[in-house]
Amino acid sequence: MKYLLLFCGSAEDAAAFDALTPDELRARYEQVGAWFAEHRARIGATGQLQGPQTATSVRFGPEGPPVVTDGPYLEGKEAIGGYAEIDVADLDEALRMAKAWPGRGSVEIRPVMTSDMR
Amino acid sequence: MARTRQCGDPAGDDLRYEVALSAARDALATAFREESGRLTASVVRILGDFRTAEEVVQDALLAAWQQWTVDGLPDSPGAWLWTVARRRAIDVLRRDRRLAERTILALPVEQAADDDRLMLIFTCCHPALPIESQVALTLRTVCGLSTAQIASAFLVSETAIVQRLTRARRKISTVGIPYRVPADDDLGERLSGVLAVIYLMFNEGYLCSAAQHPQRRDLAEDADWLAALLARLMPAEPEVLGLLALIRLHRARVRARFDGEGRLVLLRDQDRSRWDHAAIAAAADLVARAAHSGRPGPYQIQAAIVACHAEAASWDETDWLQITLLYDALLEHLPSPVTRLHRAIALSHVLGPHAALDETDSLAGQLDRYHLYHATRAELLRQLGQPAQARLADERALGLTSNRAERALIEQRLA
Repeated sequence: MKYLLLFCGSAEDAAAFDALTPDELRARYEQVGAWFAEHRARIGATGQLQGPQTATSVRFGPEGPPVVTDGPYLEGKEAIGGYAEIDVADLDEALRMAKAWPGRGSVEIRPVMTSDMR
Repeated sequence: MARTRQCGDPAGDDLRYEVALSAARDALATAFREESGRLTASVVRILGDFRTAEEVVQDALLAAWQQWTVDGLPDSPGAWLWTVARRRAIDVLRRDRRLAERTILALPVEQAADDDRLMLIFTCCHPALPIESQVALTLRTVCGLSTAQIASAFLVSETAIVQRLTRARRKISTVGIPYRVPADDDLGERLSGVLAVIYLMFNEGYLCSAAQHPQRRDLAEDADWLAALLARLMPAEPEVLGLLALIRLHRARVRARFDGEGRLVLLRDQDRSRWDHAAIAAAADLVARAAHSGRPGPYQIQAAIVACHAEAASWDETDWLQITLLYDALLEHLPSPVTRLHRAIALSHVLGPHAALDETDSLAGQLDRYHLYHATRAELLRQLGQPAQARLADERALGLTSNRAERALIEQRLA
């Protein structure tokens, strides 16, 4: 089954990340790199996003033209920082990968809809 | 097997007939509970789809219940159910193009001998499902309860339970929750999830007074059965034995927990002659058996604490030092303020109310909204000869609980 792992973080997670020393930061990037290397066979498209302050949203109301606003549309405690598409046997395997994620914060796991589910 | 209706019943011998009838009903209920979970487990494994399997199993169980209540149990209830379910499964599979013809061929004429219920239990108790759905789904599919019975246990509408089950089954198939016993590195964590579901089930039944809700389904019995099943399926797991012992130690004393009017009776004031001492001894043996593994855990320790209470001849003869030490061990596994509160109560019997009050007061920040924290302080303050302070604490406790039995108890003290 295909899942999308959404790497999320709160403002506190972001602050903790910003507070890392250069050595710690390098170590963190190495761990993340190792995670991707270890699971390479099961990982499809991936991406890291710029911070939520860079977001611009287009919102459709019940009528009239869409409205463009600055900032993320979904105002939440957590923002999505990146994603990785994975192809694994089942949710337990996806959970095992997510639990091993070294980037801290939280990881949301969502199944990707396939044609036979629609 | 006995039939529920026997032509040779002597007319007029109503009592004997009633006894035979109720024994037959018990045998029927027992067989039904055993077989419904086993059937569901096998069908889910073969079809690989929870929702389709449920449909197949429901029809077979309904047919079984209707026929068995009239004709009595068949010689082999499992084989009977399997034949009906298999026929139904073939119909469903032919209708559904997604499922290939070879799945039909995979349906053996006879049910496999192995018990798949362990997989079923782990799937129903998957952490990706909300905890209340885990409980409802386990009761439905593993214990074979009807939606009406589950609704009556939780005092909610049957519609709410049906929706909860439907959402849970849909999530299992769309999200890809696997149907298997977790791998070794996940097993410990997942097993504690399963044990938490069974304990929650037990508490749901145990905490209510039968006098208040005479029609309510007693889930304590279902939890007992489920823990015993799990102990048979996982004989090497000491925590499963610990939970089974814990449940049985509580149930062995249930007759003394409420008075004639449904009021809660505190352990201290219970009539210990009404306890089931044979059941207590058997459960204490389970605790000892679990301890042989040398792998202690929170359920084993809690069972050992309850065993200390259950084996004491009176409140005053309780081995409080042993209980305090067991709470110390429990705190290593469950470092919660509520556990520390219970330890403080035991400590009051070892070192006196002064030391216990110091310990209790140190929990003020964490337990200020918890009624038992204030009720405990009230008790200790009374022992220390401070009735005015004790009263204030009891009033705080009263304002924080809506449980009728507990409120009655505090009101009695305030009167």
